[in-house]
Amino acid sequence: MVGEGILKGLAETARNFFGSYVSKDRLTTVQYPEERLPQIEAARSFPFLVYDGSDWQQGMRCVACQICEKECPPKCILIEKSKDKKPDAAGKQQFYPAVFNIDISVCMSCQICVEVCPFEAIKMDVQYDLPTDDRFGGLLLHKQQLAKSNEYYNAIHPTEAAAVDAAFAEGRAKVEAKAKAAADAKAATEAKLTPAPQPQPAGGESR
Amino acid sequence: MIQTLDQIFVLAKLWLLGYVPAVAQPLASAILSVVPILIAFPLLFAITTWLERKGLGRMQNRLGPNRTGPFGLLQPIADAIKSLTKEDIVPVTADHLVHFLAPLVLVMAAFLAYAVLPIGRNMVLVNMNAGVLFFFAIGSTVELSVFMAGWSSRSKYSLLGAMRAVAQMISYEVPMVLATIVIIMQAGSLSTVTIVDKQAGYTGIFPHWFVFTPWGFMGFALFMIAATAESNRSPFDLPEGESEIIAGYYIEYSGFKFALFFLGEYLGMFATSGLAITLFLGGWSAPFSFLTWIPSYAWFFAKLLILIGAFIWIRGTLPRLRMDQLMNLAWQYVLPMALINMLVAGIWHFMPGGLLRWLVCTALLAAPCVLLSLALKRKKRLQVRTYYFAE
Repeated sequence: MVGEGILKGLAETARNFFGSYVSKDRLTTVQYPEERLPQIEAARSFPFLVYDGSDWQQGMRCVACQICEKECPPKCILIEKSKDKKPDAAGKQQFYPAVFNIDISVCMSCQICVEVCPFEAIKMDVQYDLPTDDRFGGLLLHKQQLAKSNEYYNAIHPTEAAAVDAAFAEGRAKVEAKAKAAADAKAATEAKLTPAPQPQPAGGESR
Repeated sequence: MIQTLDQIFVLAKLWLLGYVPAVAQPLASAILSVVPILIAFPLLFAITTWLERKGLGRMQNRLGPNRTGPFGLLQPIADAIKSLTKEDIVPVTADHLVHFLAPLVLVMAAFLAYAVLPIGRNMVLVNMNAGVLFFFAIGSTVELSVFMAGWSSRSKYSLLGAMRAVAQMISYEVPMVLATIVIIMQAGSLSTVTIVDKQAGYTGIFPHWFVFTPWGFMGFALFMIAATAESNRSPFDLPEGESEIIAGYYIEYSGFKFALFFLGEYLGMFATSGLAITLFLGGWSAPFSFLTWIPSYAWFFAKLLILIGAFIWIRGTLPRLRMDQLMNLAWQYVLPMALINMLVAGIWHFMPGGLLRWLVCTALLAAPCVLLSLALKRKKRLQVRTYYFAE
């Protein structure tokens, strides 16, 4: 019959119209500022800088190698390398970024900076509501605004952060083992040079 | 009492005119009649934008506007403030004068059409004896303004949109006028007031509306199809097809001029709906004889709101037609049906009243309706196109 499809369509829209008043499950709308959808773990918005420990300046993982600045396709990162070195979270002397700015009005959230970072220092944030009434200054994030703790990183990307932490722990263990081996070797050579006085402490050490 | 309530606007106007000196009375009378129309219909436009957004939202299982005011009722005001404060951008290469005039011509033409619509008993701006003709003459000015907008913008999108709009409007103007001819034949007058008066009687409780006859019903259906196309509404919204030519002929308009186009389009839709009500749905007369105590203008606006609701419903349901489907529908279905409808109206007029007349006229309309729509549905064999001139 001619026009049957139109009538079917009209019935369908009428069913939707009245149904949306009757059953709340039909409505797919989320009333955004009041309600929010649960955060997806793989979500990403703009980069931030991870720091270890409690002091954001001391614990910052970034060593100002400027790889991310060079790789950034839209050139939204600005880094100024420090002249001096400061001890990092592990106590090792490192350069640090004197200035680290990201212009999020330019950033395209491509995550390339995260992929190229050898120090796991820059990661993607999930915060997406960043409105400001200053469209130039308000969207240019400085070092302090970018610095976020490792606990925060663990909270927003648990799987990824756990992998990073595990890799760090493994690396640290390897370094420690190496240092210990070196120390042992040194001790052994020293022990060889001097007439060996006692065998017991060596056995105690190995235990 | 009922009489007073029905005529309250007419009486108020006469009372106000009493305070005006006799010399200024024609002018004052005109102003007093025009100003309510200039207020009421833009107000209806504001309500309709809200209704449309709410209705479409609900049809798509959304909420629609609900932030400004209770149930989002203040949304039209927010939209108006927004469009007023927006920057008015005119393209450098545009023809500035024509670009400026196009929205004004559109709104003016849309408003002029209300001059002949009887909104209530004794409530018509001008009781012209060629009212329907005037309506269509003014209605064609819309095409002019659309083409002015499309041409003066100097944008390929707006020009394409204007071409589509003009082709579509002219194609549907023909069946639209032909669909109204049956009413003119039956009523024997071009005056909208006379046409409404002819429908104001009742048989038992049922009214003598023209839509309750076979040819009137067919005429109403054809008229509404053509009216949808004339007002560029979905499913005939090719001229502004967002996915193809962005916004059609008004793409280069911004700020309040854009809002004027919007206003003009909706006013045109209300005017054609108003004419459909006048011609087929008995104008301001009540649908049942026991409901005549409700004022006549209330009936007019109730019918108008129902037609607007139907337009919104159709918009929420149907996808956009393709250009060839649009033209095929106009020239292969609506136009022949309108011509056959005229013939049937003639037969109806000369046959003696009774069941036989009903059966004959219904059969004479139903058969070509089915045949023509089957012909429309027929699969076409597409051939490889040969170009004679372009090589």
